[in-house]
Amino acid sequence: MDTVLELREVSKRYPAHAAVSGVSLAVERGEFFALLGPSGSGKTTALRLVAGFEQPSGGDILLNGLRVNHLPPYHRNVCTVFQNYALFPHMSARENIEFGLRRRGVADIDAAVSAVIGLVQLAGKESRYPASLSGGERQRVALARSLVLRPDVLLLDEPLSALDPNLRKQVRGELKALQRRTVVTFLMVTHDQEEALSISDRIGVMNAGRLEQTGAPQDLYLRPRTRFIAGFLGPVNWIDGVGVRPEATRISHGPPAGDVRSAAATVESSTFLGNCFHVESRLASGGLAVAEVSRPNARFHRGDTVYLWWDASDELRLPADS
Amino acid sequence: MLSLRPLFLAPARLLMGLLFLAPLIIVFVYSFLTRGAYGGQSLPLTAESFARLADPIYLRIVFRSFWIAGVSTVICVLLGFPLALFIARSRRRRNLWLGLVMLPFWTSFLVRTYAWMFLLRDTGLLNTILLSAGLIRGPLPLLYNDFAVVLGLVYGYLPFMVLPVYAALERIDPSLLEAAADLGAAPMTTLVRVIVPLSRPGIVAGAVLVFIPCLGAYLTPDLLGGGKSILIGNVVQNQFTNARDWPFGAALSLAVMAVVMVLLWAFRRGDREGFL
Repeated sequence: MDTVLELREVSKRYPAHAAVSGVSLAVERGEFFALLGPSGSGKTTALRLVAGFEQPSGGDILLNGLRVNHLPPYHRNVCTVFQNYALFPHMSARENIEFGLRRRGVADIDAAVSAVIGLVQLAGKESRYPASLSGGERQRVALARSLVLRPDVLLLDEPLSALDPNLRKQVRGELKALQRRTVVTFLMVTHDQEEALSISDRIGVMNAGRLEQTGAPQDLYLRPRTRFIAGFLGPVNWIDGVGVRPEATRISHGPPAGDVRSAAATVESSTFLGNCFHVESRLASGGLAVAEVSRPNARFHRGDTVYLWWDASDELRLPADS
Repeated sequence: MLSLRPLFLAPARLLMGLLFLAPLIIVFVYSFLTRGAYGGQSLPLTAESFARLADPIYLRIVFRSFWIAGVSTVICVLLGFPLALFIARSRRRRNLWLGLVMLPFWTSFLVRTYAWMFLLRDTGLLNTILLSAGLIRGPLPLLYNDFAVVLGLVYGYLPFMVLPVYAALERIDPSLLEAAADLGAAPMTTLVRVIVPLSRPGIVAGAVLVFIPCLGAYLTPDLLGGGKSILIGNVVQNQFTNARDWPFGAALSLAVMAVVMVLLWAFRRGDREGFL
């Protein structure tokens, strides 16, 4: 494995609080890595530490095996796509893209710019100023401006949050395709679990300044280490201390047959969502559980006594909590 | 629907008409009148005052005034920009620094200019200190020359440069500076390529606000120039006092106003087309 970026026990403490506490992480060259967490979990601070906008209070940051803790941003081969894109308003799209190349004294600027403009499909918009570009176009200028420098790691701070919700899914696919084509290492920060699950090769989940778990999207979703991660990556029914995802939770009026786990419950409501029903039931313990039923074999009404059941293999096991 | 616009604009229109337009019209009319025997003005109408403007003596003074005002403006930019940047960058003490920049306005400009005379004259504070420290043999000629005039103008009008530049710098999104560093720009490059271009509207506004009053200044050249460094303002003032030639004073101020307007127009044009 070829590690491009490594964080070793990295901490960032401010006078009032610790933003990042003892985070260790290795990002492989060419992968799409997402740092996922709620706001205030320290993920953006972690990104800023890698970019060089902040210096760690403890631990080491290694880029290509070299310690870069106090190297200023302009000496690191790391580029950032800012949440608001931070395009220079007094420069055209082309001048924005050329900015970094000129700083590095690249010989054939025109060829590099033309190539990246083709890559992000901005042809024809080169002479436009940021104020006259759409949100999606601004994002592509921001991507081009960074990608043209062939950074060791491209940092993306909530890259989809400034976009129109209708555009997000489309851009998500484009971003993934762009990463595949350029083979640049992407390190993305997001609070949107669906975004992280769908786009990244691996995810690191942060909570209260700590990295709680790192793994492939499916590993995290199916085998979360903590109750926090289980809940953050998707809805969970907590039935008798066991976690079951709604889509793994079955429901029937009669007791289930075969070797399955089950619990009795009373239907509270049934919501039709087009591709499925969400049946919400009250457990004997007092908690609520949702069963996602795509092809119901019966209708469930408020007050019906039902059985919720699931395969033992679908239970979420939380080693860290036990 | 009844529009309230004219009603709300009426007081401002009236005030501007009375306080701005009316005096201007009076000056315009006077400039075409004949000088009265004991001051004032009388008929017949004549363009003689304007013809006298071509006198090389006045042309020289006009050029000198533009030169002194220009030098003072450039020095204000060079001093004011770093100061404004410093204030915009400081977080906790920002209001204190801004307050200090504006503090001199609390005292009369006349009193402050007299204070400079006490500092600069041969037996003033500066020369006394330098002499007693043995650094100089005789007093330095600090007062009654162009140096003193420029110093007084820069001192008096620096706040008019600092405030608009500060306002422009404060509006710059901090993430743009991070983006510049992120793309490989060292701090000096970020200053030249990002900060200065983005604060240009503030610098231009400050330069105009400093240049115009410097050009018309008469108190500073009178007190600190000691009559040896005469500017247009002094000549105009003199026409209305000692020389008692109101029509010529009016013609002179109109001519300067016309030149300034042409210059500003050219300046704005150049600014818009990106020459500056």
